[in-house]
Amino acid sequence: MGEGLFNHLKCRECGRLYEKKAIHVCEFDFGPLEADYDYDQIRKRISRKIIEARPDSMWRYRELLPIDNEPTVGLQVGFTPLVKAERLAKAWGVKEVYVKNDTVNYPTLSFKDRVVSVALSRARELGFTTVACASTGNLANSVAANAASAGLKSYVLIPADLEQSKVLNSLVYGTKVIGIHGAYDQVNRLCSEIAGKYGWGFVNVNLRPYYAEGSKTMGFEIIEQLGWNIPTHTVVPMASGSLLTKISKSYKEAIRVGLVEDASFVIHGAQATGCNPISSALKSGTDLIRPISKPNTIAKSLAIGTPADGYYAVKVMQETGGGAEDATDGEIIDGIKLLAENEGIFAETAGGVTVACAQKLIQSGKIPKDQRIVLCITGHGLKTAEAIASHIGEPRCINPSLREFDALVSGELETAAAN
Amino acid sequence: MSISVSIPTPLRGLTNNQDTIDLDAATIEEMIDALDGKFPGVKDRLIDPQGNLRRFVNFYVNGEDVRFLEDKKTVLKTNDEVSIVPAIAGG
Repeated sequence: MGEGLFNHLKCRECGRLYEKKAIHVCEFDFGPLEADYDYDQIRKRISRKIIEARPDSMWRYRELLPIDNEPTVGLQVGFTPLVKAERLAKAWGVKEVYVKNDTVNYPTLSFKDRVVSVALSRARELGFTTVACASTGNLANSVAANAASAGLKSYVLIPADLEQSKVLNSLVYGTKVIGIHGAYDQVNRLCSEIAGKYGWGFVNVNLRPYYAEGSKTMGFEIIEQLGWNIPTHTVVPMASGSLLTKISKSYKEAIRVGLVEDASFVIHGAQATGCNPISSALKSGTDLIRPISKPNTIAKSLAIGTPADGYYAVKVMQETGGGAEDATDGEIIDGIKLLAENEGIFAETAGGVTVACAQKLIQSGKIPKDQRIVLCITGHGLKTAEAIASHIGEPRCINPSLREFDALVSGELETAAAN
Repeated sequence: MSISVSIPTPLRGLTNNQDTIDLDAATIEEMIDALDGKFPGVKDRLIDPQGNLRRFVNFYVNGEDVRFLEDKKTVLKTNDEVSIVPAIAGG
């Protein structure tokens, strides 16, 4: 099915072509390698009608994903709800907000299932029997679960101080979890060295060109779920910056292969104040990313001090006229609560970052109030429960007595009636 | 200063597949020159046409990113471990 559509890897910097192997950087300038497609062929092979007739999963966009044969891992991943957030729109005084809700992505409740199903399907095509990753938590969860169901052996390397639920959520699948005393960037460096030494498929190292493309499906789905329209504004959380660049790529590809009319769009980035190398580069008008040596934020899934795709993320925001903001821990918690209380969606800390930054971009006028906005919400709140546990109150406990219950709620009911 | 340098996979085609090289150098810049002396062509891969360390490659001295130190002027001392590591994606 995929033959002839995806033929090479290509260096983003110098354009040199490489074979479709487990390699990720150009030998000449260390530029990242990216999947290179024959868009003219793809244009002939797919249409809205063909896609709409397929099962509700990210693999509806199969021709724009970098594997050779039918996918074998993560067949049910994706096609998460795009929720029209009317109460949130009202709270912000804007016309139209949608939440792309990857808190309910299958099977591990974050957008990482998209990238992992591509990476592991490709890993199998390349003959790997052991897969691994460096992770701030969500990727580890997804590699562990998807490797288990695919019968692959897996190692996940994480900073030793991650949220308990993210650690548990990897261990349960029988993966080998290795905690590293250090920040994510140090885990990353170690993994790069391990990948060079052991013959494993590292999803975000030597399988990165395949892995990264999975993120595009979030963008394709947004377009299709908006009735084949590209939203004017998309707000995307940034860790390495990869998701933001791939959302932009998905919009461009959809235009290029004829799925949507040409339309202008604006991509905005969201980071935590305690780790904001990309948003501060954009704000200071440079594409030089100054790394953060010691990230300090409750949004641990975004705590990457040396963002590999930061440079390209800045370029996308500059080219599309987007803005970037960052959110403090307090603002992140408020963002999580705002989304939960208005839309019934419980996002992890990264989602709080996205909501809080979108709010700032609206308040500053960077996002006009009368244009369509999509928020990319990438992971479930139960994964980072301890970050907000002390900020959302506690249950009030009474004896099993109607009298006690009456006494407890009487004040509230009178208040409600008075309103 | 005798230091050891770990070589990333993309450069090993130039280093006869050696993953660690021991050499004498007092700074990162000198280390790159020394590597290039042994394995011609390495310098072009690591330094851009403007003479700066390339954007997509990271240098660490004993685990510390040289961009937090003195970049290519970072001073090396005996037994330091230098890692050359391509930028990698998030997780």
